[in-house]
Amino acid sequence: MTDGIPAAPGTEGWFRESPDGFVLLAGRCTACGALSFPPRTVPGCPDPGCEGLDQSPEPLSTTGTLWSYTDARYAPPPPYPRPPDTEFSPYALAAVELAAERMIVLGQVAPDIPAEALRVGMTMELAPGTLLSSTGVEERVWNWRPVAGYDAYTGEAHA
Amino acid sequence: MSGMDSVAVAGVGMHPWGAWGKPFAEYGSVAARAALADAGLGWRDVQLVVGGETIRNGYPGFVAGSALSQALGWHGAPVASCYAACATGAQALSTARAHILAGLADVVLVVGADTTPKGFFAPVGGDRPDDPDWLRFRLLGATNPAYFGLYARRRMALCGSTEADFAAVKVKNARAGALNPYARFRAEVDAETVLNSPMVSDPLRLLQICATSDGAAAVVLTSEDYARRLNKDAVRIRAISAPTPTYPRTVPDFPYLASDSMATAAPAARTFRESLAHAAYEAAGIGPEDVDLAEVYDLTTAMELDWYEEIGLCAPGDAEKLLHEGATALGGRVPVNASGGLSSFGEAIPAQAIAQVCELTRQLRGDAGDRQVAGARVGVAVNQGLFGHGSAIVVGRA
Ligand SMILES: [Zn+2]
Repeated sequence: MTDGIPAAPGTEGWFRESPDGFVLLAGRCTACGALSFPPRTVPGCPDPGCEGLDQSPEPLSTTGTLWSYTDARYAPPPPYPRPPDTEFSPYALAAVELAAERMIVLGQVAPDIPAEALRVGMTMELAPGTLLSSTGVEERVWNWRPVAGYDAYTGEAHA
Repeated sequence: MSGMDSVAVAGVGMHPWGAWGKPFAEYGSVAARAALADAGLGWRDVQLVVGGETIRNGYPGFVAGSALSQALGWHGAPVASCYAACATGAQALSTARAHILAGLADVVLVVGADTTPKGFFAPVGGDRPDDPDWLRFRLLGATNPAYFGLYARRRMALCGSTEADFAAVKVKNARAGALNPYARFRAEVDAETVLNSPMVSDPLRLLQICATSDGAAAVVLTSEDYARRLNKDAVRIRAISAPTPTYPRTVPDFPYLASDSMATAAPAARTFRESLAHAAYEAAGIGPEDVDLAEVYDLTTAMELDWYEEIGLCAPGDAEKLLHEGATALGGRVPVNASGGLSSFGEAIPAQAIAQVCELTRQLRGDAGDRQVAGARVGVAVNQGLFGHGSAIVVGRA
């Protein structure tokens, strides 16, 4: 970890922060290469045709195509964390399709990007994100954000 | 059709859907008594009780078959309780059907009932990072409507659907629901009202997402022989499919954080949701062209349009056309959600698939009153829920 923010609960081994950048880590079946995100916690390959029991961490592509998106205008219930005496801040969610992995990975959109800036099909990149726990402690998660320079920033409101 | 692999729907009953917060067993016993009366049977005639579990009602909810038996008065019948998220009712019916076809019981009562808190569904409490349902809320704040918003936005991008198309589904279903005495929402709604309702998960507004409700439904299933003796041989369950997905799942369905990778394995020809109805059609020896009416799980207006294509009522991308032609409205070629759907009922999870069968049964008997689909002989009901659950049920006239 580069800035000492601990991984959010349940995400141990899901991503890696290093001077080379921030990546999500899939589990890769050592027998057939099948990828799982998050990495599987139960031994065994997700492919019913494979008898492999072991997986190794495999970095996923850090850019992909926006498969779809939505936003949350209403506060979700617990366990979504919300420190006491804070207003709910709406956030967008992205589903990003990774070309090489042929896999769609969900994530919150970086908080400075409004849902209005998003378009299905635009290029998104992975970024480290921060959640505040219900006791106000910073936790590391992953975010998606449009690749800088994409014309959505100049664009019209979505249909 | 009747034969070696069919069971009879001898009686159906419901408790109206609403939001009263009473014990689920109260709703369930009302529905059960109504179904037994409809069948012309007494509670002591029941040889097996199958209860759909409701996971938000404490311990009695987890032992629904037993809780409902106690509510009706113990008389020694064996019980089964089952949980399969939104497919709970279908799994309960499937358990009943299997007992009858195996010759283990002639009369089975299937009941689903729920009391549902207001607002978003939330995971069971506590810190449970090994549970994907807990993780999606804890890490992403990804509620059910958030997933529905992703699917709806994807449909807009792929098929050119508009918010107005989605609103037209609500207008249609509200019109049908207004005619259904068991529905919770019984007022017609115009498109403008839908499009001015608060945005929940863009592009879906409050009136495009189904509510959470209290409610109950019950069905009495019997063997063919028993149905003949009862002179209740009008409607048959012809098939129930409740398959799990096949690897790799191509869609990030809830509660998961990702789809499966297609890099090392090719997906099946049909998506999971497509596979549900098609498995039931195959088992019943019919095709989508034989369907006279359908009850589909319209968790959202946009999802109802997805179902039209997934159950084979039209080609991919043609759902809006089918809708705007009026084919899926009451009086149309193949009415969808003649009951009013989840749009008019709201979701009472363990009851919902059973309620779909209640509606199809009434329609096939010709007992659906102002909602009657003329000449209906074959109906299909489909749903999909958390954790790879889903089902399809084909009901036909004998
Ligand atoms: Zn493998």
